[in-house]
Amino acid sequence: MEKLNFIEQFRTFRRNCLSQGDSVVPTIVVPAGTCGRASGANELIRVIEQELADKGLTEKIGLRVTGCHGFCEMEPYILIEPEQTFYPKVDPAEIPNIIEAVVRGDVLEDLLLKDSESGRIMQKQDDLPFFNKQVRTILSRNERIDPVSIESYISIGGYSAMVKVFENGDPKWVISEVKASGLRGRGGAGFLTGLKWKMLAEQPNGHGKFLVCNADEGDPGAYMDRSVLEGNPHSIIEGMIIGAYGTGVTEGILYVRNEYPLAIKHFNIALRQAREIGFLGEDILGTGFSFDISLVKGAGAFVCGEETALIRSIEGKMGEPRQRPPFPIQKGIYGKPTAINNVETWANIPVIIEGGAEAFAKIGTKNNHGTKIFSLVGKIKNTGLVEIPMGMTIKEIVYKIGGGPAGKSEIKAVQTGGPSGGCIPANKFDISIDYDSLTEVGSIMGSGGMIVMDKNTCMVDVAKYFMNFLKDESCGKCYTCRKGTQRMYEILDDISKGKGTSAHLRLLDELAHVVKDTTMCGLGQTASNPVLSTLRYFKDEYIEHIEKKRCPAGVCKELISYSINENCVGCRACVKACPEGAISGEKKQRHFIDTGKCIKCGACRNVCKFEAVDV
Amino acid sequence: MSNLDITYISQILTGYKSMKGALIPVLQEVQNHYTYIPEPAVDLIAEALNISPSEIYGVLTFYTQFYTQPEGKYTIKLCRGTACHVKGSKSILEAIERKLGIRVGETTKDDLFTLRIVACLGACAVAPVMMVNGDYYGELTLEKIEGIFDELQAKECKSAKT
Ligand SMILES: Cc1cc2nc3c(=O)[nH]c(=O)nc-3n(C[C@H](O)[C@H](O)[C@H](O)COP(=O)(O)O)c2cc1C
Ligand code: FES
Repeated sequence: MEKLNFIEQFRTFRRNCLSQGDSVVPTIVVPAGTCGRASGANELIRVIEQELADKGLTEKIGLRVTGCHGFCEMEPYILIEPEQTFYPKVDPAEIPNIIEAVVRGDVLEDLLLKDSESGRIMQKQDDLPFFNKQVRTILSRNERIDPVSIESYISIGGYSAMVKVFENGDPKWVISEVKASGLRGRGGAGFLTGLKWKMLAEQPNGHGKFLVCNADEGDPGAYMDRSVLEGNPHSIIEGMIIGAYGTGVTEGILYVRNEYPLAIKHFNIALRQAREIGFLGEDILGTGFSFDISLVKGAGAFVCGEETALIRSIEGKMGEPRQRPPFPIQKGIYGKPTAINNVETWANIPVIIEGGAEAFAKIGTKNNHGTKIFSLVGKIKNTGLVEIPMGMTIKEIVYKIGGGPAGKSEIKAVQTGGPSGGCIPANKFDISIDYDSLTEVGSIMGSGGMIVMDKNTCMVDVAKYFMNFLKDESCGKCYTCRKGTQRMYEILDDISKGKGTSAHLRLLDELAHVVKDTTMCGLGQTASNPVLSTLRYFKDEYIEHIEKKRCPAGVCKELISYSINENCVGCRACVKACPEGAISGEKKQRHFIDTGKCIKCGACRNVCKFEAVDV
Repeated sequence: MSNLDITYISQILTGYKSMKGALIPVLQEVQNHYTYIPEPAVDLIAEALNISPSEIYGVLTFYTQFYTQPEGKYTIKLCRGTACHVKGSKSILEAIERKLGIRVGETTKDDLFTLRIVACLGACAVAPVMMVNGDYYGELTLEKIEGIFDELQAKECKSAKT
C-alpha cells in the first residue's frame, strides 16, 4: 500500500475505494465473528467460495465476509445485497440453490424466517422485529465492511472524521464537540468522555501522555467490545487518532483480553494497514501530528479492567488496583497522564465528529445520549447484540427485540452490569435504560451485559455464582473484599445446600454493606450488588431455601430430587443417557430413578421428550 | 524435563531486553512455545529483564492464564460466564470431569486433555460453549459432551496405532 502524505492524497484514495465498491452487485454477506464461526460460518464460506468458483460466478456475485451483525441466534446466516434478503441458519447443502436463486434474481421463500404469530414471511433484514426496533449506528457498520480491509472501511466513510479534525486544525474543537455530544463512557461508570479528555489535555505534557482503549471486557456474558474490535477495528483506531489529536497524546495502547484471538488478529492487521497508509506514525498526512498505537494482551484477571490495575498490568506487574487520587489522568502509565476509555466509547467518536455533536445528542434522553449496545443472552428467544437508543425500556428490548422467553418458562428478571450489577425483576421492566434509572433500581448500566433469567433460574444460585467469581477475582489487597466476598460466598453456599438460617440472611445483608463501604476499588465497592439486588427483589426465594429447604427453580442440587412421572412412555432414552445407571425399567413401562445412585446431573431430563422427569 | 531445550527462551528474550513492561509479553511468548512456563525460564527472564524471580512468580500466580505445568495435547476451555451458567454450564463441567476423570486445572494421565475454565469466550449466543484447541463447540448438552470426547479419544487411539 502506498503511503499517503497529504490530505489531498487521501481524497483521491477515497474516490478509488468508492468506485471499487460498486463493481460487483449482488453480494452474499456472511457474518463470521467468533460467534458466527462457533456456529459454522467458516464451513459456509468455504462452500460458497467453492460453488462460485465451480460455476464461474466469481465476477458476477460478490462475497463479503464480515464481523458480527448481532443476530447470533440465527447464525450461521447470510444476507443477500442489495435486497437485504435474510437467510437464517443456513445449511451448507442449500448454498447451490441459494446461489442459483441469486443469479435468477429470485428468493427461496421456504428458507426465510416466518413471523411466529401471523405466519407472514419476512424476507428482508428490516422486516425482522429483531432489527427494525434497533438504532444500529455502530453495529450496522460491521455489516457493510470487510474488517481486514482498510479500503473497505474508507469506502463507507471511514477516516473521514479523522481528516475533518485535521482540516479543522484546532484540538480544542475536538474536545468541545465530544463534550457537546454528551457522550458518557460505555465501560460502566458513565463518566463524561469530553470532560475526561479536557482534563487530560490540560495536564502538562513534559514526558508524554497515554491514551488507552480498554478492551478487557471482563463482564462474563458480554461480548459487544469483541464484536466491534473484530468487525470494525479501524473505527477504534480512527477514534483514538481523533482523541490523541484533541488531547495532545502521542502514544496509544489497546489493552485486550487474551480470550479474543480473532479480535487481536484483526486489530493487528488494522494497525499494520494504518501504519502503511500513514494514518499512524510520524507526521500523519503532513499535519505534523504523530501518534501510534501498540497492543497489550491481558493474562486473565477481571480486576485488570479497573483503571489503576490495568495500568499496572500494562507496566508488566501484578494487576492490583491502587488508591486514587492521584487519578490516572494525573499519574497513569509510568507516572504519565493517562486517559482510559472503553471500546464502544472509542467507536462512537468518529460518529460524533462525522455527524456532529448535535445530531448525536438528539438520540436518547436527557443526560443519556446516543446508542448503547447490549448483549442480550441467557433465557431469551433472540440471542444477540442489540443496539438501542438510550431511554428504551427493558420491556421493549426483552419482548419486542428479544422476542420474549426462549422456552415455555416465563421470564422473571434480567441481570445487567455483570458481577458489579444487579438483577432487575420483571415488574420493573418499564424503567428506561439509562445510567440513572438502572442505578436507582439497584443495578448498573455496566458495559452492556443483559442476561435474561426465567423461572428455571434460581436467584440464590445466581448470587452464589457471582460471589464465587468475585472471591476468585478479588486481588486480595483489601481485607474486607478478600474476606467479605469469601464469607458471603460461604453463606450463599450454605443457603443453597439447605443449611441456611434466618441469622444468615441478616449477616449477609450486613456483610454486603460493610464490603461496599470499606473497599478501595470498584470491584469491592460493587461486589455486593448481586447479593443486595437479589435480597431486595427475590427474598422469598432465599426464605424458601432456608425455611422449606426447597429450591423453587429446581437448580440447587442438594435441595432437589429427580423422579419420573406418569407421562413416561418407557422409551428407555433416559436409561441410556444416565451416566450412573440409576434408571431402571422395561421398554414401554414407566421407568424408575434410584435416588441413592442419582447424581442429579439432569441428563435424563435433557433427553426426555415427554416431560416425564420431575425435579 | 531435564532435556528441555531452553535456547528458545534466550531467543525470545533478546527481542525484549530494552522494552518497558516486557514481563507479561515475554511470559506469554514463552508459554505459547512450551505450553507452560518451565522453571528454568524464570531465572533466565529474571536475569535478562533485571527483575527478581519472586516478582516473576508473583505475576505468574496473579494471572490465571499462566501455567507452571505442561498442557495436554488438547486444552479444553469451558466457559463459566454468566450466560453459559444460566444455560447449565455447571452440569456440563461436571460431565466433563466425570468423563475424563480429571478436575479443573488437571491433565489426564495419558497427557491428552487438560481441563480449564474461562470467564467468557465471547460466544454467549451459543451458550453453553467450550473451546478445544481453537475449535468452538456451542450449545453443549450432556449427550454432545459424550460424543465429542469419544470422537477425540477414538482419533487418538487410531493415530497411536498407525
Ligand atoms: C473491577 C472492574 C472491572 C472493569 N472492567 C472493565 C472492562 O472490562 N472494560 C471496560 O471498558 N471498563 C471496565 N471497567 C471500568 C473501567 O475502570 C473504566 O471506568 C472504563 O474503562 C473507562 O472508560 P469509559 O469512560 O469509556 O467507560 C471496570 C471497572 C472495575 C472496577
Ligand atoms: S458466557 Fe459463555 S461465552 Fe460468554
